[in-house]
Amino acid sequence: MSTLDYTDLGEPIRGPSAFTGDWRRFWNLTFTIARTEFKLRFYGSALGYVWTVMRPLLMFGVLMVVYSLGKLGAGVPDYPVMLLSGIVLFTFFTEATGGAVACVVARENFVRKIQFPRLAIPLAVVLTALFNLAVNFVPIVIFTAIYRIRPRLSWLELPLVVAVLIFFAVGFAMLLSALYVRARDVAPIWDVVCQVLFYISLLLIPIEKIGAHGRTLLHIWMLNPLADLIEQYRHAFIGQNPVKVPADASAAGWHFGGSSAAAAIGGYGELAIPMAFIVVVFIAGFVVFNRSAPHIADNL
Amino acid sequence: MPEYSGSGRPVIRVDDVSKSFRIPEEQMHTFKERALHPLRRSGHHTFPALEGISLDVRDGEFFGIVGRNGSGKSTLLKCLAGIYSATRGNIWMRGRMSPFIELGVGFNPDLAARDNVVLNGIMLGLTPREARARYEHVIEFAELEEFQELKLKNYSSGMHVRLAFAVAIQVDADILLIDEVLAVGDAAFQQKCFDVFNRLRDEGTTIVLVTHDMSSVTRFCHRAVLLERGKIVAEGAPEDVANRYLELNFNRDAPEHAAGAERTGSGAARIADMWCETEDGRQSEMVLQGQELRFCALLEFATEVEDPGLTLELENAEGVKVVVAGTNREHERTGRFEAGEQAVFSVSFNNLLAPGRYFAIVTVSRLGRGLEILDRSARETSILVQGSEAQGGVVDIPFQSAIERSPSTDRRPAKVG
Repeated sequence: MSTLDYTDLGEPIRGPSAFTGDWRRFWNLTFTIARTEFKLRFYGSALGYVWTVMRPLLMFGVLMVVYSLGKLGAGVPDYPVMLLSGIVLFTFFTEATGGAVACVVARENFVRKIQFPRLAIPLAVVLTALFNLAVNFVPIVIFTAIYRIRPRLSWLELPLVVAVLIFFAVGFAMLLSALYVRARDVAPIWDVVCQVLFYISLLLIPIEKIGAHGRTLLHIWMLNPLADLIEQYRHAFIGQNPVKVPADASAAGWHFGGSSAAAAIGGYGELAIPMAFIVVVFIAGFVVFNRSAPHIADNL
Repeated sequence: MPEYSGSGRPVIRVDDVSKSFRIPEEQMHTFKERALHPLRRSGHHTFPALEGISLDVRDGEFFGIVGRNGSGKSTLLKCLAGIYSATRGNIWMRGRMSPFIELGVGFNPDLAARDNVVLNGIMLGLTPREARARYEHVIEFAELEEFQELKLKNYSSGMHVRLAFAVAIQVDADILLIDEVLAVGDAAFQQKCFDVFNRLRDEGTTIVLVTHDMSSVTRFCHRAVLLERGKIVAEGAPEDVANRYLELNFNRDAPEHAAGAERTGSGAARIADMWCETEDGRQSEMVLQGQELRFCALLEFATEVEDPGLTLELENAEGVKVVVAGTNREHERTGRFEAGEQAVFSVSFNNLLAPGRYFAIVTVSRLGRGLEILDRSARETSILVQGSEAQGGVVDIPFQSAIERSPSTDRRPAKVG
């Protein structure tokens, strides 16, 4: 055996990992898995893709009825459009992260049978959710037209806000899918977290209602990165919404120029906290996934 | 065995590779369990699936990895394929590698053939464009032209496999890793698969085949290794490796598979043990053809027994009674045995049996009013006869053969009766 010449064999192969050097294959895989998932979701249903749109729309309808009875949206400009936008963005986030939780385990046959960059699986889930998000923008456009909201320059900011949201979702997708391999109760925990997030991410309850209880609460409230993103989205979409705060708060020198996320949380310095959280989740997700990727096949 | 015609340069080198799996004694799959028992170390033991494997596969070689279930052969293949990372050691691989660990990875039952072919092709490393371009080829090879529009869930399992195999061979690779995919499909399709492997081999593709089908190893492989409990126990020519495999395999499996006839008897005497001794007095289950054998049974008498009859029967794997030997029931006086007495009954003979497995059945009987069976052993003790001179019969008796030209008729012995 030793008489043979190995010198031209190069580097030893590395085992499975989150990435491989071949980016094209990585992208092809991610895209193909995501596209197939997207195609199959409503496969065989009479309405097909319409259901993608129907889900947030139906939810929006129900919430509109319930909350107009509760007068939550009273005095909030363009409440329906904001409610719908919020639901669509939030739906993307829960689909991407909630779908990612069990994805690696569900795709066990891939993981155990072929060699490929493991990260393609959670990323494909986020990508599928992104396709749905794109479809869901259609009703938003329609409602925008119905409510005669004028295009404005600040709309250019919207893709940036969505990009940060995607970044956030990818971070959680990596983190949750890697943790789920080791501890299955990530799934119910994340379910509950999403439920809670739904109520505290300024979807139903607009910022005005929170602001009415004082700025401390508002500051704390805005530590939730999703609340910041949705608020910033709203700010960019329909412009400045002066937040009405109790007179005493105002007297203390707290003043709004508008309800951008930075303003709502109390300044750019404070805004750095939720933004840093997003970055931390992403890095943590990446590190955890990258470290567990070589052993995923063993642990399934 | 096919001729090896490659350059002899190694394209795969496995250097001292070990792989062990951590097997938790208790599955700690939830936070709850961890929270409830924070002090309990999640106990686990390490299961070594591969230990210190080193091998080289040369350029253009058809290389076989054989072993029993659980011997680590699939683990080794998965290490080569980059699905598992080796715990220790290194693997070098030169060239584009394509694993056939499982056919049809990513196949979706709700999609038609085209989508699945593209999907699976991309999974195996083609670009979407390549995958689409090769679709016609795939469907033609799989002979599924008429069923293209059908959803995969409506395919028969054979059609499924054909499609999957057809995709897999479209992937151009310098090194193919194949895990027992030959075991599926009907005979005609299997032949087609073999033809493809032969063609690929002749084109210079290096192929590593994992199997426990010895006939495909000897038919296709240039060289093979035998794995047993994660270690290489034999390496070299496929025939030798296959023989060694059969030896190991038969040896171990015998007790599980052989249990046929039940033990019967009145219980007045008991067969406590049975074994086979070879010429040199060694106890062995494995015996060579042509050797002197002594087959022994340890008897225990529960009651007083006078003149017991003792027989040994040897049955081959097909259940044919090849040998019956023992005391003559009618006439032989074997003596009187007290209650609690032990005795060894043995039969010696020159082993003329054809290679194969033989089950030994010993019967202790007593001639009283009719024949009373005191004990008859179950069909579970066996010997494995090995030899290379098998002629194909049930026994290989010594013989001389001769050819005589233009025989005279009167040389033939006269017919009697």
